[in-house]
Amino acid sequence: MDLAYTPEEEEFRARLREWLAKALPGLPPQPSPEDWPGRRAYDLGWQRMLYDAGYAHVHWDASPTTRLIFLEETETAGAPYVGAGFVGLLHAGPTIAAEGTAGQRDRWLPPILRGEEVWCQGFSEPEAGSDLAALRTRAHRDGDDYVVTGSKIWTSHAEVADWCELLVRTDPKAPKHRGITWLAMPMSAPGVVVRPLRTLAGSAEFAEVFLDEVRVPVANRVGDENDGWRVTMVTLSFERGTAFVGEVVACRRVLGELARTARDNGRWDDPVLRRRLGRLNADFRALWRLTQWNVSEAEANGGVPGVGGSVFKLGYSHARQELYDTAAEVLGPESLDLERPWVLDRLSSLSYTIAAGTSQIQRNIVAERILGLPKGR
Amino acid sequence: MRFQLSEEQRALRAGMRELLVRRFDGDVLRAAVAEPRLDRALWRELGAAGFFALRVPEADGGVGLGLPETVLAFEEAGRALLPGPLVATHLAAGTVPGAAEGETVVTDVDGGGLVEWLEEADVVRGDAAAAVPLKSVDPLTPLHRVPGAHGGAADPVAVLLTAAEQLGTATRACELAVQHAGTREQFGQPIGAFQAVKHLCAQLLVRAETARAAVYAAAVTGDPMDIAAARLLADEAAERGARDCLQVHGGMGFTWECEVHLLLKRAWVRARRSGGGAESEESLAAGLLA
Repeated sequence: MDLAYTPEEEEFRARLREWLAKALPGLPPQPSPEDWPGRRAYDLGWQRMLYDAGYAHVHWDASPTTRLIFLEETETAGAPYVGAGFVGLLHAGPTIAAEGTAGQRDRWLPPILRGEEVWCQGFSEPEAGSDLAALRTRAHRDGDDYVVTGSKIWTSHAEVADWCELLVRTDPKAPKHRGITWLAMPMSAPGVVVRPLRTLAGSAEFAEVFLDEVRVPVANRVGDENDGWRVTMVTLSFERGTAFVGEVVACRRVLGELARTARDNGRWDDPVLRRRLGRLNADFRALWRLTQWNVSEAEANGGVPGVGGSVFKLGYSHARQELYDTAAEVLGPESLDLERPWVLDRLSSLSYTIAAGTSQIQRNIVAERILGLPKGR
Repeated sequence: MRFQLSEEQRALRAGMRELLVRRFDGDVLRAAVAEPRLDRALWRELGAAGFFALRVPEADGGVGLGLPETVLAFEEAGRALLPGPLVATHLAAGTVPGAAEGETVVTDVDGGGLVEWLEEADVVRGDAAAAVPLKSVDPLTPLHRVPGAHGGAADPVAVLLTAAEQLGTATRACELAVQHAGTREQFGQPIGAFQAVKHLCAQLLVRAETARAAVYAAAVTGDPMDIAAARLLADEAAERGARDCLQVHGGMGFTWECEVHLLLKRAWVRARRSGGGAESEESLAAGLLA
C-alpha cells in the first residue's frame, strides 16, 4: 500500500507541467457559457493543442494512473475542461476503439483526437431516463440503411455536434435489454431536429433531439444488431470510474478559495461555518484518496473500473452540493446574485445527484451488485 | 502508486481476523458483557501475536512494521469490538516494560479527561489521582473521569488508531445489516428487497468505504490533515453506521440480546477520545488557510 508514483509517472507529470506552463498563457479568453459555437471552437482548439503536444491519446491508451496525473495536472494548472469534446473522447471514442471495426476506427477516431469532430450522446429519452433500457426510439432495416424515428433528451452539445452515439430499439419483441442497437448518426442527416432545452441554471446546456425517418447506413452500426446494451456498458462503466478526477481537484481548489473569502469578509469568525468548511476538507480529501484507491484497483484489474465507481459517485455528488451550499453561506446575500462566482455552480451542482444515474439508482447498484441484496421494488 | 493492500498486508489482516474469530467471536462478546473483566490470557495472546509490538523495531524485539500494518490490525480489533485499552498499551510498547508482550496493561488519561479500564490497568499514564468512576454507557468499557484534565494536543497515532477501530466497527455494522436484511422476511420477502432498507445498507457501505480510503491514506502519509480527515469520517461511519444497522434490525435491534447496541455504544466512547469532532473540524478548517 503506497501513494508514491513511479519515476516514469513523475517524469510524465513534470513534462506535462512544463508544457502547460508554456501553453496556457497563449490561450484566448474563454467564450461565455451561452456561446455554444464559440465553445465548440475553443474546446476543439484546446484538443488540437493537446494532439500536437502528444497528449491527445491519454484518455485511451495511457495507464489509469497516468490518466489520473493528466487530469490532476491540467485541472491544477487551470487548463480548459474537455467540454464539447467530452462525449467523443470519453464515451463514443472508447466504445468505437473497443467494439468498432478497423474501418470504423479509422473513420471516427482520428478526428476526435485531432479536435475536428464533436459527438453527442443519444441515450436518454423522455420516457427512459434512469431506466435507460426502456428506450423506445425505433429503427428498422431498409436496404443498406436503418430508418430511425423517435426522440432523445438531455443531449449535451447536440446543436454543435457532428455525430451522435445513438441507441435505438431494433427488436421490439425482445426483452428490453436485448433488442437495442448502437449507431453512429450524422447530426446533419435529413429528419434530425434539435431543440435546445433551458436548464434551471438559465443556460441552454443540452437539447431535445427529434428523429423523423432518419436514414443511418448499416455500416455505421458498432457491434452486432441487438447487442447495443452490452456495447453501451463499455462506456458507462468509465463514466462511473475515473471521470471525476479533475472535478475533485477543482472542488478542493474552490474549498481553499472559499476559506480565504470567508477570512476576508469576516464570516470565518462563525465557528459553525468554519467547522462546515473543515468537514468539507475531510470529505474532499477522502474522495481524492478514494479516487486513488479506485484507480489503483483498476490498474490491478487491467484498466477496467469496478462498481466501486458507484460508491464514489454517491459520495461525490452530495459533497459537491454541500460545497456550493456552503459557498452560499460564505457569500451571504450575494449568493442571490447570479453574477457572483459559485452561484451558477450551485445551481448546476443540483444535476449531480440526477445525471449519469440518480443517487437512488446508484444505491440500488451498490446494494444489489456489491452487497448482494435481493432485487425487489 | 499501488494504493492497494500488499500480499503481506492481506496475510497480516487475515491472521488477525482468524485469531479474533477463534478467541473473541460474537458468543464470547455477549458473554463478556455479562461479566466485563479484561481477559488477561487473550491480552497475552495478542502480545504473542505481535499486536502491541507491531511498530517496535526488530532490534528491540518488536515486529518492525509500520503504521499501515498497525491500522489493519486495529481495524480488525474494532471489527471484533475487542475490549480493553488497546491504543494506550500499543503506544506504551517499547517504553513500558511488559506492554509489548501483553503482560502489562496500560491505560492513559485522555485529553478529554476520560480514562478507560482504570481499575484493571497495571500502569496509568497521566495523573488519574482525582478520577471518579462513571456508570459507562458501554458495558465493555469501564470509564473514569478526571475533572479538569487538559491533555494538550492529541497524539496523532492515537487519533489514527482510534479511526482504524471505528472503521472496523463501521464494517461490522454494514455486514450485520446486510446479513439481517438478506435473511429477515416480512411481507413475504427479505426486507433487503425493499428500497428503503436497501438504501440504508448502501449508505452504510458508502460511508465505510470512503472512511477506509481516508484511514489507509493517513496511515501511509502520516500527515496530520490526513489523520484528522480519517478520524472525522471514521467516527461518522461507525456512529451512523451502527445507528442505521440498529434501524435495519427493527425492534430486535433495540434489545440487549442483539449485539448491535454494543457497536453503537463503543463508537460513542471512541468518538469522545481527543482528536475527534470539533477538534478535527477546526484543524481541517485551519489547514485550508495554511
